[in-house]
Amino acid sequence: MSNHAPRTTGQRFAWGATVVVSALVFAFLVAPILAIVPLSFSSGSFLTYPLPGFSLRWYQDFLQSDRWMLSVKNSFIIGIASTLLAMLLGTLAALGLSTWKSRWKAVVLAVVLSPMVVPVVITGVGLYFFFAPLGLTGNYWGLILAHTALATPFVVVTVSATLQGFDMNLVRAAASLGASPVVAFRRVTLPLILPGMASGGLFAFATSFDEVVTVLFLAGPEQRTLPREMFAGIRENISPTITAVAVILTALSIILLVVMEALRRRTERLRGNAP
Amino acid sequence: MGGEVTALPVAAGPAGPSLKVRLRRAERARQWRAFALVGPLLLFLAFTFLIPLAGMLWRSVDDWEVPQVLPRTAAAIGGWDGAGLPAEPVYAALAEDLMQAYRERSTAVAAKRLNYAQQGFRTLLMSTARQLKAMPPDGGARDALAAIDPAWTERSTWAAIRGARGPATDFYLLAALDLRRDLDGAVVSAPEDQSIYRDVFLRTFTIGAGVTALCLILGFPVAYLLANLPARQSNLLMIFVLLSFWTSLLVRTCAWIVLLQSNGIVNDALRWVGLIDEPLRMIYNRVGVYVAMTHVLMPFMILPLYSVMKGIPPAYMRAAASLGAPPAVAFVRVYLPQTLPGIAAGSLLVFILGIGYYITPALVGGAGDQMISSLIAFYTTDTVNWGLASALGAVLLVATSVLGVVYGRLVQAGATSGGLKS
Repeated sequence: MSNHAPRTTGQRFAWGATVVVSALVFAFLVAPILAIVPLSFSSGSFLTYPLPGFSLRWYQDFLQSDRWMLSVKNSFIIGIASTLLAMLLGTLAALGLSTWKSRWKAVVLAVVLSPMVVPVVITGVGLYFFFAPLGLTGNYWGLILAHTALATPFVVVTVSATLQGFDMNLVRAAASLGASPVVAFRRVTLPLILPGMASGGLFAFATSFDEVVTVLFLAGPEQRTLPREMFAGIRENISPTITAVAVILTALSIILLVVMEALRRRTERLRGNAP
Repeated sequence: MGGEVTALPVAAGPAGPSLKVRLRRAERARQWRAFALVGPLLLFLAFTFLIPLAGMLWRSVDDWEVPQVLPRTAAAIGGWDGAGLPAEPVYAALAEDLMQAYRERSTAVAAKRLNYAQQGFRTLLMSTARQLKAMPPDGGARDALAAIDPAWTERSTWAAIRGARGPATDFYLLAALDLRRDLDGAVVSAPEDQSIYRDVFLRTFTIGAGVTALCLILGFPVAYLLANLPARQSNLLMIFVLLSFWTSLLVRTCAWIVLLQSNGIVNDALRWVGLIDEPLRMIYNRVGVYVAMTHVLMPFMILPLYSVMKGIPPAYMRAAASLGAPPAVAFVRVYLPQTLPGIAAGSLLVFILGIGYYITPALVGGAGDQMISSLIAFYTTDTVNWGLASALGAVLLVATSVLGVVYGRLVQAGATSGGLKS
């Protein structure tokens, strides 16, 4: 499928240059993430090579710190709650948007997707002003609501993408065979859009799990999340403990990426089977 | 997506309404159901996004301090035309307001607001309120205030109060653009030494544009390679892009600090090779901001470019070649124009995201590299100048919205619909 099999010397040179530049960019993209992995296993407390020795002390430091463990707990509570809420709201909206025809649809779509584009600092400041008098700062509720607002667009996008390849005749067939709308949804629509919902959910979780700006505005000391602690840690002084946290987070990203890739393949297969 | 009607009752009795009417009715019910599904999210976003944003915009023009603390003065000074000095009743109103504010300990609120308009107003108002022991006799308010501080006989003092009399003001929005109103109400530029926000906006847009350019220059070859390699290889290489995309922003920022600091890996390597003797300063300055932000935003350039390039049929290039165009000419005149939607979408996306960045510049930039977002956060939490924070936010929001609308148009017109083209 190689579209540009180089023929002339000039073309071969251009292709070679593309390959070289791309290799450098790939290195640029991945090298920094890889470079901190060995540092997290260092037995010394300086972030420099060569490593004085191997140790797990920084991982131990992380696991035994109440502060870090609290932040892990907070991140999971807020992440899971906002993911579930975002999946519910986002899936319903995507289902509605797929059949809704109105001249307002473009406006509604813009509103629904705008939390992705509006700078988070603006959302954070607006929420801070609005939530503070309502008692929604300094507790989980405000953070869950904020993260849901930021994460829902991703669910809408991924579920909409799944619905685009979705054959409405399947629902009609179910209805003609006597299935009630609820049964048709549960037995026909849901299984087919589930991969889209799941990847939207992963996006939502990753968004919440990596979000720090609204946390800066809305969280009290008891709700500090993992990225919030990292932000504070990087600001003060990068200790090797932070590199250990970074490696753990990267491992988590890789797991998310693998699951995401598997979901994508599944969606493509399902779509390929659709008539 | 199918817009046809779903399962209709099959047998149409001759007595019932015509098929056309029933079709329309069914379609209308369907549309209502669809809207009802979108409703919950719209309600949710109204509460967690739209109303907070509207509240922030309102705060950028809201002028509540003086009407609340000095209500009589705010009402009376509206009658002053701004020429000369206000009439005696305005002085009397101020004296009465200040006595009351002093009792209620609310003077500082108005003093803070008036100090934004004129340096030194805080001291003036606070000390006047303190020294005003009793209500001056009828007709003697002006003399009493002037005796406490001669500033009360200056037109600019009163112009400041008049400008802050509420209920709405353009003071903060003008200030966000380094503008102000002079004594006669005309809009003028702020003095050179007090102009900071235009510089910060300019810096924000410069960094945004620089990062966009870097992403485009570096991302274009990558997208081209990925789009033209056999599927197996390109899927494998795509993982590099996606891995970077999925890695936590904080992790990537932290990695760059570790790498670029003066005794970090990059400096060590350069010294080892012998290219430098002294460590280069690459972090906590503009270099660090460009490197880290380009790294973070690169996937947002590569992915749209890739999806557009993937859709370019190779036949055009072959046609160009068969018509005798040298490869370079064919590339520039045939291939490149077809990638323009991807270039535009990716560049706009990177630019929009870039100008809103806060965390990365805050961590890898120096004092002179902070972007507008960090100033907004600073005025919100540190100095509690919410009017100015909101006004700066409003300007950034307008810039983002305009670009966002353009982006939406582009994406809708182009092939990359993000799955949302109906």
